[in-house]
Amino acid sequence: MDAFFALANGMAVAIQPMNLLYALIGVLLGTAVGVLPGIGPALTVALLLPVTYKLDPGGSLIMFAGIYYGGMYGGSTTAILINTPGESASMATALEGNKMAKAGRGGPALATSAIGSFVAGTIATLGLAFLAPWLVDFAVRFGPEDYFALMCVAFVTVSATFGTSPIRGLTSLFVGLTLGLVGIDKLTGQARLAFGIPELLDGVEVTTLAVGLFAVGEALYVVSRRHHSEEKLEPVRGSLWMTREDWQRSWKPWLRGTAFGFPIGALPAGGAEIPTFLSYSTEKRLTKHPEEFGKGAIEGVAGPEAANNASAAGTLVPLLTLGLPTSATAAMMLAGFQQYGLNPGPLLFAERPELVWGLIASLFIANAMLLVLNLPLVGLWVKLLAIPQPWLYAGILVFATTGTIAAKPSVVELSMLAGFGVMGFLMRRFDFPIAPVVIGLILGPIAESQLRRAMSISLGDPMALLQSPVSATLLGIALIALVARFVMRGLGRFRANED
Amino acid sequence: MIPFHTRLLGAAIALALVAGVPALAQPLELKVMAPAAPGGGWDQTARAMQQALVAAGVARSVQVTNVAGAGGSVGIAQFVNGAKGDGNQLMVNGFVMVGALAMNKSPVTLDQVTPIARLTEEIQVIVVPANSPIKTAQDLAAALKADIAKVTFAGGSAGGVDHIMAALFAGTIGADPKKINYIPFSGGGESLAAILGGKVTAGISGLSEYDGQIKSGKLRALGVTAEKRIAGVDIPTFKEQGIDLVLANWRSVMAPPGITAEQKKTLSDAVEKMVKSDAWKGILKQKGWDDAWLGGDAFADFLKKETARVTDVLKSVGLIKS
Repeated sequence: MDAFFALANGMAVAIQPMNLLYALIGVLLGTAVGVLPGIGPALTVALLLPVTYKLDPGGSLIMFAGIYYGGMYGGSTTAILINTPGESASMATALEGNKMAKAGRGGPALATSAIGSFVAGTIATLGLAFLAPWLVDFAVRFGPEDYFALMCVAFVTVSATFGTSPIRGLTSLFVGLTLGLVGIDKLTGQARLAFGIPELLDGVEVTTLAVGLFAVGEALYVVSRRHHSEEKLEPVRGSLWMTREDWQRSWKPWLRGTAFGFPIGALPAGGAEIPTFLSYSTEKRLTKHPEEFGKGAIEGVAGPEAANNASAAGTLVPLLTLGLPTSATAAMMLAGFQQYGLNPGPLLFAERPELVWGLIASLFIANAMLLVLNLPLVGLWVKLLAIPQPWLYAGILVFATTGTIAAKPSVVELSMLAGFGVMGFLMRRFDFPIAPVVIGLILGPIAESQLRRAMSISLGDPMALLQSPVSATLLGIALIALVARFVMRGLGRFRANED
Repeated sequence: MIPFHTRLLGAAIALALVAGVPALAQPLELKVMAPAAPGGGWDQTARAMQQALVAAGVARSVQVTNVAGAGGSVGIAQFVNGAKGDGNQLMVNGFVMVGALAMNKSPVTLDQVTPIARLTEEIQVIVVPANSPIKTAQDLAAALKADIAKVTFAGGSAGGVDHIMAALFAGTIGADPKKINYIPFSGGGESLAAILGGKVTAGISGLSEYDGQIKSGKLRALGVTAEKRIAGVDIPTFKEQGIDLVLANWRSVMAPPGITAEQKKTLSDAVEKMVKSDAWKGILKQKGWDDAWLGGDAFADFLKKETARVTDVLKSVGLIKS
């Protein structure tokens, strides 16, 4: 019950007019930078830190939290409308969201993403308020072997994004895994596949790959098809808003997405990408409309978007309770705390409760503001799709390029973007799925370094993977998921033979 | 020469009248490169300089640029090639760059830039979880001597200051640094979780990073790498415990190659003035950084010694093949 009173007190702090203003500035800025690929909330907070030096700590932290949540919203808008994920966490959203937009259902896609983000953000913030101390205990005990097992589950389940042929899907995945090898090996500090180019030593940037494959690749593909059959985009087909059916198909994915996003976001090395993909593949499996997946299924937008926002709240769990930053933005927020001589951690809750609970309460407010801001904008956003195709795609190319340059001003980065664009075009042309490449790049390095860390700690004993209960359970789930598919197929064939 | 001086003096007076700055201040317009992504230590140092240089009236404007990549290897290459002879540019760097350049076989080395000054340093600490049987640095040394592979260290990137410190610790107590079981984590957060979760024996990091956990009793600090006890820090030094390990993660500022002696003096004076300003002292206090200002030839000597020491350690742990 203490938490309730504390939260009520926090609410009183958060609804002070000045703090409301800070929250509003935060969400507006966050949405703006979330829209641009490459410029994320972390960079924005970094740039604002010296500016906010003279503000009061509560106000500026509330603003930073607004930027963080706003960034998550903004990233999905571009993912849906122009297939350009503003940050890697919005990639799963682009898969179905952009298809929906092309089918004239951009309105409902944006709406389900905004409402889903709101629902997930609210539930996850409640979780942050009431479960944080318990959850962080679990998160800290999650060791390298457990992460590796979680990656195994992710690898097995993401095969749902493989498209029609598993062989093609696996080919894409291995391209991604190979790209993941580029750069300095985290455990030995030696360079791999860098060919003496210093820019490659840090590895391939996920957003560069995603924007290259998704946005540039698509632009090239559309150009190449122009003379064959001109695809007419209809900005709005049917209702601009979510229909009754859309609601029915969205609410469960929202909740399931939250269930993935919040706990995984709270893990020190969890991140936002894994829960979004887990949510995507779960929805694909559970849907009653499997035929719509790949053509714009609303579940495939609702789930990942909820997971994305819930993981943002999850990240704040270790940050506030332990002072443990688990994402770039969280690290910047930690710097923000330290700017005022505050050290997040167990002591902060006791020493400055008005600050911590004010921040948590303002997350609710930021969330509500984002919903109010974004829903009326849906009508405006979908008009983007009415722009004639050549202009639209030229615009997307400019947008993708400037975003990449803004994030990393280098010729190598730009060449990579172009190279990935051509690769994306060829993959579309020859019908290879694109998402597994990006998934390989994200999951591969994590799986590799966690496995090697686990082996290093256990002195090379592979049994360590089974000795941790969490890891053993997760590996079991992965195995069942893998075997079940073949058994089901076998059974299906068996039955077919009987008939 | 005289008309030039008169003009300069006139300009300075005019500026002083307009902006109210001391007449001696030159209206420098500086560019400071942080060879890292926004948010990290170098970036924060560059932005702190930006704030202090302007607040102290040393520079009229300061622009911070970020060139991230490979522990600064990308940034320094761009700095050496692009800013050659430019007396209005500076680059922030530090201890980590010394090792990164050697390990990445960077064609550009620290010999090619013009050292200006060391600015700050951070003392390193070794911690264990609160429930660990290891109570002192000597306990840890004994554990290392008993079975070096079983003692796992968590810290930052391979070849970084934490890794070097683990190797130095082992070497100092008479164990083989080549055999240390060092597990690199990508950020302070991730390694902290591994230590708190009892996955590793000990953790190594900058003192400020684990300060909160040490104070709240979740981590036990075995020792710090300072020369003498730090005022207000209730942690023994390694030296006190009979282990000769002194190390600091320093950050410094460099000028481009090929600048004139006069340009170098202008920049050195500007940095010295900044370091002595109240604005800079305020920032140090607020960020918890220790002032470690060392300018001129003393810094150049220090840099040479540190480079030699780091290279030796990295060779001893096999990160640089000689």
